[in-house]
Amino acid sequence: MFKAKLSGAIRHTVLLGLFLLPGSALAFREGINLPRGVTSISSDIYDLHMLIFWICVAIGVIVFGAMIISIFLHRKSRGVEPAKWHHNTAVEVVWTAVPFLILVGMAIPSARALIDIEDYRDYDMSIQVTGYQWFWHYEYRGEDVSFYSRLDDDSNRARQLRAHREIDPLDVDNYLLEVDNRVVVPVDQKVLLLLTANDVIHAWWVPELGGKKDAIPGFVNELWFEISEPGVYRGQCAELCGRDHGFMPIVVEAVEQEEYEAWLEEMRDRNAENEDATQVSAIDVAR
Amino acid sequence: MSTATDTHHDEHHGPAKGMRRWLFTTNHKDIGTLYLWFSLIMFFVGGAMAMVIRAELIQPGMNLVDPMFYNQMVTMHALIMIFGAVMPAFVGLANWMIPMMVGAPDMALPRMNNWSFWILPIGFTLLLMTFFVPGGAPAAGWTIYPPLSLQTGDAFPLLVFGIHVLGISSIMGAINIIVTIMNMRAPGMGLLKMPIFVWGWLITAYLLIAVMPVLAGAVTMLLTDKYFGTAFFDAAGGGDPVLFQHIFWFFGHPEVYIMILPAFGIISEIIPTFARKKLFGYSAMVYAIAAIAFLSFIVWAHHMFTVGMPVAGLLFFMFTTMLIAVPTGVKIFNWVATMWRGAMTFETPMLYALAFLFLFTIGGFSGLMLAIVPADFQYHDSYFVVAHFHYVLVPGAVFAIMAAVYYWLPKWTGYMYSEFWGKTHFWLSTISINVTFFPQHFLGLAGMPRRIPDYAVQFTDFNFISSIGAFVFGLSQLIFVYVIIHCIRGGVGRATDRVWEGSHGLEWTVPSPAPYHTFETAPEVK
Repeated sequence: MFKAKLSGAIRHTVLLGLFLLPGSALAFREGINLPRGVTSISSDIYDLHMLIFWICVAIGVIVFGAMIISIFLHRKSRGVEPAKWHHNTAVEVVWTAVPFLILVGMAIPSARALIDIEDYRDYDMSIQVTGYQWFWHYEYRGEDVSFYSRLDDDSNRARQLRAHREIDPLDVDNYLLEVDNRVVVPVDQKVLLLLTANDVIHAWWVPELGGKKDAIPGFVNELWFEISEPGVYRGQCAELCGRDHGFMPIVVEAVEQEEYEAWLEEMRDRNAENEDATQVSAIDVAR
Repeated sequence: MSTATDTHHDEHHGPAKGMRRWLFTTNHKDIGTLYLWFSLIMFFVGGAMAMVIRAELIQPGMNLVDPMFYNQMVTMHALIMIFGAVMPAFVGLANWMIPMMVGAPDMALPRMNNWSFWILPIGFTLLLMTFFVPGGAPAAGWTIYPPLSLQTGDAFPLLVFGIHVLGISSIMGAINIIVTIMNMRAPGMGLLKMPIFVWGWLITAYLLIAVMPVLAGAVTMLLTDKYFGTAFFDAAGGGDPVLFQHIFWFFGHPEVYIMILPAFGIISEIIPTFARKKLFGYSAMVYAIAAIAFLSFIVWAHHMFTVGMPVAGLLFFMFTTMLIAVPTGVKIFNWVATMWRGAMTFETPMLYALAFLFLFTIGGFSGLMLAIVPADFQYHDSYFVVAHFHYVLVPGAVFAIMAAVYYWLPKWTGYMYSEFWGKTHFWLSTISINVTFFPQHFLGLAGMPRRIPDYAVQFTDFNFISSIGAFVFGLSQLIFVYVIIHCIRGGVGRATDRVWEGSHGLEWTVPSPAPYHTFETAPEVK
């Protein structure tokens, strides 16, 4: 254990050193950018993000380039005389108008993507998601399947204050990003989430599905995704919701249609078996 | 020239002795000094909280504090830095410099000036007391969104009254600044001849008067919701929790510019001085500030893109927000054009101004990215946002304040500060602030939400780097304190009246240190 910690510290020191060296950004290729994700929304957002990023880089090269050139050339120690001019209407009009046009160029694809994202029609299935302090409840509408989803037991034991900690966070798979009951959805289906909350505002965010939406008490918000690849996608609550805000993860498992049907069956059986127990725990939850 | 200084003193008009001088002073320079010291103390108090936050986040697992205390740190760090460090620092600079820059003998309303400072410590006593009441300090974030903020314990009324007191202080300060600028300019000092710092503050003061009452209204509605049975923000009683966010950000967005427009003014003073060249496009700079101030009232909902708004609303707030890039771009380009073909030297204030120019622009880029609604659906409430607003607030607003302190310190104290320690402070601060906040862009993009006390292990490396940067930045600020105290005690020698070779403006025509009373007879401005 101690050895693991020490090697961790060494690794950190090395990483810090690498970070400070120019060009070492390569060492951090993973986890430095938005994921492209597995939905049409997330990939549209990714493309938009990269487009705007590169526009900013281009503007940055020009502006910072001019500044750096100026800092090197126009310094008193080189014996230059300061110029006398202090305004130029033509130049000023240009650098007001050109950025405006660039913005128009950015606004068009952004508006287009936004309108696509905000199209909630023609969904194949819907899940009602309710945020609680500090877990989620999922109800598959019309399927008679509902369950609570909380931080898994290992993460929960590892996230206690140091003195009460039973496991080291580094020894937990998917620390803080695993739940007891996953949200299982079929691939290639438009899934609509109806989001609300029971106590305070929460936000439902799985980066690989694209975007987030607030879950607000008294309101129903919508969010949709259509996952193209089977897999497990992880996220977290993204709106400060009290003491355990950092400990209410979201795990979505996308599976093929048959597998999904089988899972629904299994959940229905489990619900029937635990009917009474569930009732009690729901009352517990509601205090 | 400097020998004239000593013969000019009016001893019988000097300050009172001891504590009475500071308690009862109506002198704009004394009050400016009080504001600046207060701000520096709060900078360290809020900074200490930042150190707790970064220490907790240095590695995964809950290592140091309880999650609830962590939330208290996050909340109080923001409130103290915004209302205690950045805003009072700018008011302090305004107090010191505006009368001297417009050729006025003092602020227009000196007694109110005394009061607007002295209620600040009262407000912060209320705020800091919350740590010792049942339930602890506010922990719902500085944005105090209901319903979460209504779960606050006994700290809640203290928080609300604290905010009221700070708001009254700000409004009084703002009225004073507007009246001084409008009525007390020296003959010949037309509005479009005023230094840009004065312009920046004039517009900021109007923003303050417009939005501080809105915040006061919002927190009062929270108070009645909690204690008097109203349901403004309670859905169960027919209210609307999102309404609070609209009201809060109608205050909150202009507030953001309240913290940056005076900084724009400072940079517009410093760059021409050290480039030895007049500010490029003076009137465009003024109009740009005015345009930014106007836009600040119609962009508030970009802080709430994920609350579930109609598409038309999202589009409107996206377009207005993107528009801000135009006047902001004009300012950046004009500063670069001011440097262009100048004859620059790189004393500490200029280094800070240049770092501002680089790093504020980076914050501007991430701001533009955040304006794009679909992309914001991903960035929102992630560390990308934390990186963005710290880039505009720390190497933006705070660096401008530090630049201003180094720039005018010789005028205030009559001595030159140590250039070596000033530059050491600069390089340590600039490098460490980037080590702190640049990796946070990566964390946010990779999916780390803000305001969490613990994180998944894939975020470990960047958090470690960020924490190291933060500790270095925190320690470096001790050098700042040393430089200031060293300078007050004689520094590295006497300052001349002009102080800087390229300085211009009325404040440099009075002796260094500026006598207790300046411009008792108004100067002529050609």
